[in-house]
Amino acid sequence: MGASNSPSFFPDRVHIALEIEIPSDVRYIERVVEIVAMQCAQFAYPARQRCLNIPVALSEALSNAILRGNGERVGARVQVKVDVTRERLILEVLDEGLGFDFEDCLTDPTEPGNLEREDGRGLFLMTQLMDRIERFSNQGNVVRMTLTRND
Amino acid sequence: MSFAIKKQGDIVVVDVEGQLIVGNRQELKQRVLDELEKGERKFLIDFSQTGYIDSSGLGVLVSLSKKIREQGGELRLANLNDDLKTLFELTKLDTLFQISDTRERALETF
Repeated sequence: MGASNSPSFFPDRVHIALEIEIPSDVRYIERVVEIVAMQCAQFAYPARQRCLNIPVALSEALSNAILRGNGERVGARVQVKVDVTRERLILEVLDEGLGFDFEDCLTDPTEPGNLEREDGRGLFLMTQLMDRIERFSNQGNVVRMTLTRND
Repeated sequence: MSFAIKKQGDIVVVDVEGQLIVGNRQELKQRVLDELEKGERKFLIDFSQTGYIDSSGLGVLVSLSKKIREQGGELRLANLNDDLKTLFELTKLDTLFQISDTRERALETF
């Protein structure tokens, strides 16, 4: 196909959707984060969102799915659905567990009494770094995170 | 992702190369605790080569700081980029640690 016939890239009209399925193993987290960050780089998302919001929030969601949702069960899988446009990113992380009540798990780790706790920051960071967090069941437990581009 | 540990005077300096996340936090914890066990008391973690840190990574830093303090020592941090500074501010962990802008400054004032 000649260059004159190549479709032009219109970032405002393009929508990337992909699904990643991984074994339920924390060693896969970093690679999944890299793949998602790469998609957002295609749309030139701001560095702060690519280097902080997305990696940290997605790492937390994947850790929760692997360690809590699937409970480190051998053979369990985790699915990640990525839907990114120039305006916003939607990430869905699906595990094979029964899910949990967000409200019950959401403590404030910045309270003086919690500051020296080793755990309890995961969901807090997800809510701080993403614009919207939803949890629902769909043949497993799904956490959906939405981030609106902010530049 | 890996950790490089070296001694500068009486200070153990740890470089975190790559991410500090759930997959490697135990390695960092064990390596620092090994040094504490050997009698080291001053620790500096340098994040100049670090990408991102998740809640498990932050948790390990909190836990190590506590254990080192219990032995009469101190854990300090240096070279957080703007994203990492924001992470520490969001979680208020910037109030728990002494954080220096540069490694040199941290070593001078330890």
